[in-house]
Amino acid sequence: MPHILTGNRLETGDVLWWDGSDWTLHIREAALIEPAAIEALIAEMKPAERINDLAAVEVTVEGGSYRPTTTRERVRAIGPSVRPDFALPSLPVDTI
Amino acid sequence: MYRYDKIDQAIVDARVAEFKDQVARRLNNEITEDQFKPLRLMNGLYLQLHAYMLRVAIPYGTLSGTQMRMLAHIARKYDRDYGHFTTRQNIQYNWIKLEQFSDLLDDLSKVEMHAFQTSGNCIRNISSDQFAGAAADEVADPRPYAELLRQWSTLHPEFSFLPRKFKIAVIASEADRAAIQLHDIGLQLRKNDAGDLGFRVWVGGGMGRTPVLAKVIREFIPVSQFLSYSEAILRVYNRYGRRDNIYKARIKILVNELGIEEFTRQVEDEWALLQPLALDAPQSEYDRIIAQFPDPAFDPAAPDSIDVSNPEFGAWVDQNTHFHKQRGYASVTISLKPPGGIPGDASSAQMDIIADLAERYAHDEIRVTHSQNLVLAHVRKVDLHALWTVLRAAGLATANLDLVTDIIACPGMDYCTLANARSIPIAQKIAAKFENDGAAQRDIGELKIKISGCINGCGHHHAGHIGILGVDKKGEEAYQLLLGGSGAEDASLAKILGPGFDENGIVDAVDRLIGFYKSARTGPDERFLDAYRRLGPAPFKDAVYV
Repeated sequence: MPHILTGNRLETGDVLWWDGSDWTLHIREAALIEPAAIEALIAEMKPAERINDLAAVEVTVEGGSYRPTTTRERVRAIGPSVRPDFALPSLPVDTI
Repeated sequence: MYRYDKIDQAIVDARVAEFKDQVARRLNNEITEDQFKPLRLMNGLYLQLHAYMLRVAIPYGTLSGTQMRMLAHIARKYDRDYGHFTTRQNIQYNWIKLEQFSDLLDDLSKVEMHAFQTSGNCIRNISSDQFAGAAADEVADPRPYAELLRQWSTLHPEFSFLPRKFKIAVIASEADRAAIQLHDIGLQLRKNDAGDLGFRVWVGGGMGRTPVLAKVIREFIPVSQFLSYSEAILRVYNRYGRRDNIYKARIKILVNELGIEEFTRQVEDEWALLQPLALDAPQSEYDRIIAQFPDPAFDPAAPDSIDVSNPEFGAWVDQNTHFHKQRGYASVTISLKPPGGIPGDASSAQMDIIADLAERYAHDEIRVTHSQNLVLAHVRKVDLHALWTVLRAAGLATANLDLVTDIIACPGMDYCTLANARSIPIAQKIAAKFENDGAAQRDIGELKIKISGCINGCGHHHAGHIGILGVDKKGEEAYQLLLGGSGAEDASLAKILGPGFDENGIVDAVDRLIGFYKSARTGPDERFLDAYRRLGPAPFKDAVYV
């Protein structure tokens, strides 16, 4: 199963996704990571201490976009399901 | 209500300065996240699913209009224009930025508020009866004693690193509106045969993974000695509470393992050792604090009967006002469970309106309830219609206190990193079946539904007449159904009824339970909980698992 890398920005707490060279707010811009490379990537990033709670998220790829396999990570990617006004237009809460 | 003296303010100012420095050092990478995390947690700052969450302390759930207006300001300036009132009588903000946090703390401290000890393994916010000082059934106002506990427990050097968090509740009546039997220490103010004030002391209650009802370890401790007695309880717990297993670290486990007799013996022995240290507050300190909780200047000519011919207003008066000790007055509960709403949420505009109303009609005092509602404790009945009119226009006049739509729900997996399932959507779906029919809700009568998104039980599911617990079932949200709990003076723990459900299944199951209850009750006066206790779980189970 494919994985992508996520974390929270230190200064703001924002949920971020690793796009292969930088962090992005948009899960659709994330880069797929080989499972074997995840541990090394996290170990490489952690000493910078700028992104908290680094973790790999399992996703399926549907129509060119990523869908986390767990509800928890879908809520995290999209926003609270009970506040559709906070969701990005490209990721409405009904996609949770 | 209590106002800080120079010492209180100096403590807060020093702590704010200390944490602001820690935040700056973290932002400058002078300390690591592993070093910073325990520091921010001790100052009420969590990292949740979407952002930082800040929990602000509201001591015994009491605040002034000025303080409420500051909470609105915090929501507007630093968050997304709303706050969430919790079952600990606190408020949480869900979208806080660390880089703005120092300014936020400065703003809070301007109105004698802070966020420390709202997390961590310390003595948390003291909770109390939302009708304290107004209820006709209390022996005295419990808030001066809650305030003494607040001062005693604030940055207490011996109890800042307990085995686990520690929660204390204080009430002053036989009716328990603060769930004291589900606290680590529950203190019930009462009078002995000689007419002296003291506390019945309950210990070892709690919810979470191992729900337990507290046990009485002393029928009466004079108010002059309750601080040293509390100190003795905490000392025994601090010494022998387990630190090797987070799930067995609460005092309820220690009480269970030692047995109540042995635990009591150890507390009494410890208390005897403490006596020469004279740890109790002097009478002058009691007097100073009690003097800050006087009765408001009641209007002795306030009429006791009012026009309730408007049926909507009349229903609200019937449901959301509480009998007051002063003739011509009532205590008003402002429901934060409107149709389609999120239990406990209030917008900054609503908070401002409530602050205005408190100043105009309620002697500038607001209470937060553990049921995630707000209370104006002292309102002239003759002012109720004007108050209701403003509340109604602001979406704050839902007449549903203690009814099926007055649901407690934790933030659940919509916000919380610990949650296994969402709570709020379940509350909304259950409420949606009844919220447009007030008469049907009133016909069902008192029914306390409480929903937690994980075993930690912030939604008090074990104390629900109907409790719902969100669990993870192979990566999918699932819900267990529990029945028969109560956090009141008739406290009991809800028990699982049978196999769990998915999101829609749990809503249908609650609907079937209510349908069965209505068909089986002896009459409208028999509550759901009483019918369950009379009939036992079997017929309810048959009704659900058809």
